[in-house]
Amino acid sequence: MRNIFLVIRREYMVRVKKKSFLIMTLLAPLLFVGFYAAVIWVALGSVDAKTVQVLDESGLFRNEFKDSETLKFTYIDKSIDSAKAGFKNSGVNALVYIPANVIKEPKSVRIYAAKNVSLDLKSEIEKVIEKQIEDIKLSEAGITHKILEDSRVNVSSETISLNEEGEKTSSSGAATVIGGICAFLIYMSVFIYGTQVMRGITEEKTSRIVEVIISSVKPFHLMLGKIIGVALVGLTQFVLWILLTTALTSATSAIFSSKMPKDPTQMAQGMQKMGPGMATQGMPGSNVENPIAEVLGAVNSLNIPLIVGCFLFYYLGGYLLYSALFGAVGAAVDNDADTQQFMLPITLPIIFSFVFAQFVLRDPDGTLAFWTSIIPFTSPVIMMVRIPFGVPAWEIALSMVLLIIGFMGTTWLAARIYRVGILMYGKKVSYKELAKWIFYK
Amino acid sequence: MNIIEVRNVTKEYSNHIALDDVSISIPKGSIFGLLGPNGAGKTSLIRIINQITGPDKGEILFDGQPLNSSHISRIGYLPEERGLYKKMKVGEQLLYLAQLKGLSQKEAMEKLKTWFIKFDIKTWWDKSVSDLSKGMQQKVQFVSTVLHEPDLIILDEPFSGFDPINANLIRDEILELKQKGSTIIFSTHRMETVEELCDNIALIHKAKKVLDGPKKLIKEQFKTHTYFVEYKGHIDELDPIYGILEEKEMEDGYHRTNIHLGEGASPNALLLNLLSKVEIRAFGENIPSMSDIFMRSVNEVPEA
Repeated sequence: MRNIFLVIRREYMVRVKKKSFLIMTLLAPLLFVGFYAAVIWVALGSVDAKTVQVLDESGLFRNEFKDSETLKFTYIDKSIDSAKAGFKNSGVNALVYIPANVIKEPKSVRIYAAKNVSLDLKSEIEKVIEKQIEDIKLSEAGITHKILEDSRVNVSSETISLNEEGEKTSSSGAATVIGGICAFLIYMSVFIYGTQVMRGITEEKTSRIVEVIISSVKPFHLMLGKIIGVALVGLTQFVLWILLTTALTSATSAIFSSKMPKDPTQMAQGMQKMGPGMATQGMPGSNVENPIAEVLGAVNSLNIPLIVGCFLFYYLGGYLLYSALFGAVGAAVDNDADTQQFMLPITLPIIFSFVFAQFVLRDPDGTLAFWTSIIPFTSPVIMMVRIPFGVPAWEIALSMVLLIIGFMGTTWLAARIYRVGILMYGKKVSYKELAKWIFYK
Repeated sequence: MNIIEVRNVTKEYSNHIALDDVSISIPKGSIFGLLGPNGAGKTSLIRIINQITGPDKGEILFDGQPLNSSHISRIGYLPEERGLYKKMKVGEQLLYLAQLKGLSQKEAMEKLKTWFIKFDIKTWWDKSVSDLSKGMQQKVQFVSTVLHEPDLIILDEPFSGFDPINANLIRDEILELKQKGSTIIFSTHRMETVEELCDNIALIHKAKKVLDGPKKLIKEQFKTHTYFVEYKGHIDELDPIYGILEEKEMEDGYHRTNIHLGEGASPNALLLNLLSKVEIRAFGENIPSMSDIFMRSVNEVPEA
């Protein structure tokens, strides 16, 4: 036991002391927070008002264009030619020309601008004109303004999930985002840390130190120590990421909160301007009133302790399952270049599970979702996709038990290949050969 | 008292037999030469003693007890293929290896200090192994092998890669370790090393032990009862129990002749006989060198 601990400590210290570890650990939260800050900055920064002149020959649109935070409308009474002539030096951003016969020929509306007009502005103006023309045509047909007002209803639905715990506001959007992130992190970490185990073993083999080490440590202990050491490196990285991201995010929020407008709708408008869906993405069916509160509310509606607990379990389980196999490959070959032929059958299930994850996100309770979240080779990624949506306890339990059995199986298999492989040099190994090693006594 | 007792050990791999019913005794406090051509099975035997692999048949006794994991810390092993963690610092690496052999960090630190002073390598502590030359790495590895003061030290080709000065340094260390009571197993092809250092030897060839015992006795056993004589003049007639094997003229005009002594003949009588015939410069018995013994033993075994 003492020796396993020594091996774990070495594997851990060697990796944690590397510059690349430090850089990755610091860089990832910085990138995340940088992105977060950029989003807020863009949202706030876009609030500079543009002035738009309206030349309304029809007289129907007076006072219909409402000033907003971003647009200021002024009305002028000139001929279109003199208005155009005066436009250049007026410092006005755009000129809207509505001819007298706009009701009959709606397409005759023109927007003049020094530079190209933004789509937002164009659609804003078109919307106002369309609505006004519609109103006029409707009232001509005998429908009064009062009826129109009454007929406009605003439907905003809330998804409520019903389960044993009772009624709870759930947000399928938040679940999708959280599930997706967890699945991606597990997928990445299995790859990154699994490969690290493989590299480490090949390094020991090619540098020939392995013979010295296994004259003091049992091969199985050496393999296990390496796997656990690298697992702890991964855990350290995750924990540091979570801590740093939380700290940096709250710091950034604090800096921006002074600049943040009191009225949250303005913020939302700013966010909306950045592109359709930026602020609303992940929250379908929600009325974009206060996106931040909305996100927080949606996240709070999820069972965070369960998600974090399961994430750590499935990270460890998935990692242990695959890193043992990666380790066996590392032991079977003489150098990194030869690993390719054995990598494919190991990486395929991981890649498949990541592909399946896209489908499972859309249908988290389907047959595909069920089976792939039970089978140990895909369950670490798929189950994490499903958990934010809510999974019956027995399914989680079954999946966990199978995952534990799964990684014990792969570890056993890997240990058998490992103990033969690490002392085998200069031999191109085939699958047949590997199978033989497993059954050596 | 034997520190290692190998009893009827057989080790088979999928397509060949590495050791075939081998029994060897290694006396405590001796320097033991484990000899044999390439592929004879030496490394297999060493790996079994190190508990890297196990025997298929037979057993090994360490200090009278069946070999078990408690003996690991009492053995130091320097494999033929040397290796260290390339990216690790020399000091850290030696500390790690020493701790794996059961030393506490404090003990290891103290012992390392004395070795670093002894080998005058204090400046290496914080160097990466990859920054050291091959010979320097060998020194580091030698330190790691003997640091925990093992009762049994197994050295596979210990002098390869050392220049003559460092080889001498290592040789002196080995002799000192023997003085302190350690048993040393040499696995080597270099017969001059065996000649110089070993007390006992065993020769393995084609998975079988063909020869073992104290070096002196083996030499006795391989004596050919021939004597050489260097002289001026000419030997014409000799008693038939003295067979003249070969005679050649040396550069300075002297002759050198090998004479075989038949049953009942004594070297004194031969010398008396010769004294009257020629002027003798030197006379002595032909003692077989380890190299001769090695060649003869290996060639005697029929090709399998």
